[in-house]
Amino acid sequence: MSAVKELIPPRPAPAVAAPSLTGARIVGIAVLALWALLAIALVGMVIGGWDQAKFMRYGPRYLNGLWVTISLVGLAVVFGAILSLPIAFARMSENRVFNGIAYAYVYLFRSTPLLAQLFLIYYGLGSFRPQLEAVGLWWFFRDAWYCGLFSFVLNTAAYQAEILRGAIESVPRGQHEGAAALGLSKSIAFRKIVLPQALIVALRPYGNEIVLMMKGSAVVAIVTVYDLMGETRYAFSRTFDYQTYLWAAIFYLAIVETLRHVWAFLEARLTRHLKR
Amino acid sequence: MSGFFSALFTALDPLCGPVGLFSLFGSGTLVACGEAGWGDEIAFGVKVTISLALATLPIGLAIGFLIALAAQSEEKLLRLAVGIYTTIFRGLPELLTLFIVYYGLQILIQSMLAWFGYEGRIEINAFLAGMAALAVVFSSYSSEVMLSAFRAIPRGQYEAGDSLGLHRWRTMRLIILPQLVRIALPGLANLWLNLLKDTSYVSVIGLADILRQTGIAARVSKEAFFFYFIACLLYLALAMISSFGLGFVERRAKRSEVRR
Repeated sequence: MSAVKELIPPRPAPAVAAPSLTGARIVGIAVLALWALLAIALVGMVIGGWDQAKFMRYGPRYLNGLWVTISLVGLAVVFGAILSLPIAFARMSENRVFNGIAYAYVYLFRSTPLLAQLFLIYYGLGSFRPQLEAVGLWWFFRDAWYCGLFSFVLNTAAYQAEILRGAIESVPRGQHEGAAALGLSKSIAFRKIVLPQALIVALRPYGNEIVLMMKGSAVVAIVTVYDLMGETRYAFSRTFDYQTYLWAAIFYLAIVETLRHVWAFLEARLTRHLKR
Repeated sequence: MSGFFSALFTALDPLCGPVGLFSLFGSGTLVACGEAGWGDEIAFGVKVTISLALATLPIGLAIGFLIALAAQSEEKLLRLAVGIYTTIFRGLPELLTLFIVYYGLQILIQSMLAWFGYEGRIEINAFLAGMAALAVVFSSYSSEVMLSAFRAIPRGQYEAGDSLGLHRWRTMRLIILPQLVRIALPGLANLWLNLLKDTSYVSVIGLADILRQTGIAARVSKEAFFFYFIACLLYLALAMISSFGLGFVERRAKRSEVRR
């Protein structure tokens, strides 16, 4: 026998409570308002301080600087990728000496600031001028652009070598063994089986590395290369107009965001066979 | 008391103390301590670099934690607001952020003072500007690390806290934070090493850090390669010491971890 004598009649579900003004929402609105205020101030600054002469004078220089930045980073990433191959293989080799040298190289370049490396190459090697002239390399180390490129290549090669090594080592052993069982030679197995799988793993870190390089490339402005940052500093030193930095910020943000979105698209496209 | 501590620090100074590297091996060379060489100037630069990084760390971590909390809240507007923050400061070059903060703060303070009727030129402290810029960059990266650590903690942990009748903040402090630290520590260790390297940018706005001091020495003595090489070695040593210390902290944080 049930103790319950009568059942509660069916009722509609409770009404959804109207979203109240929580603390989180207030903070969110406040911060957004702050951003909006900053954006308005920015636009106001640009409109209020608009100067056709300045624009005509420094606009083309900015575009020129943009091109210098992009070409510098593009070349550095490509040459760095080439240089990173032997380093990554030395790092994976069983030979103690090669492994040690590659490890020292990677450790050295990853744990010192890019700015210090650039100074070491540009100013430091500059003190060996007679020797460099004797070898016939002075034209290379005299030019700030070449020195910037050189230090970027050395720096990014260390990072890319680690990315490549991590990616190649992430390919399961069974893949090598399967290739060997099929009678494929080592080089073909590497090129056709290991590398394609490794590069997919490496795609995202490579994208991050390019973005980091793009941001790091601003340091060449300090050794008198007129890249985007260098042109900005030039324009600021001439006009003392704070806008110059804001324009640079817009350019850099645009580049980095474009890169990020292109990379996200590439990744989605290249890994579509892995989707379940 | 403070005299005692400063005496202790002087005695234990690894570069220019009684048993310092420069005092033992550098006497008579360019890196001798005192008036004869650049040893004590460079040692001062090392102190500035370390104190800048150490001063930035807690601020960056605190802001990063708040941003990570906001980024996983249910409130869309809040997520949008912090999304803008991280996108901007992860996208800008650190050097540009530094300039924007340095000159921007200067203009801001100047115009605010002009509002009150003060019309003088003011120069803000390079250390503070560097600290603000580095903290902003560090916080936007660390928020990303902490956000992914938050996501790695199962929902059941929060529910368990609720069912034990703990207040939301006590759940955070007693249950979530200890696990968060363990998960986020490797990522934060990487960010610390990055921060140590990023401090080199403040030399551009005139703060006397390692790179600036060695740069001055290089220009005066015309031994650029030697001094910049020393700068690189010092950064290398700092990185090695920190990775050693961080390894210790990581082992300590993991000592009572449950295998899952």
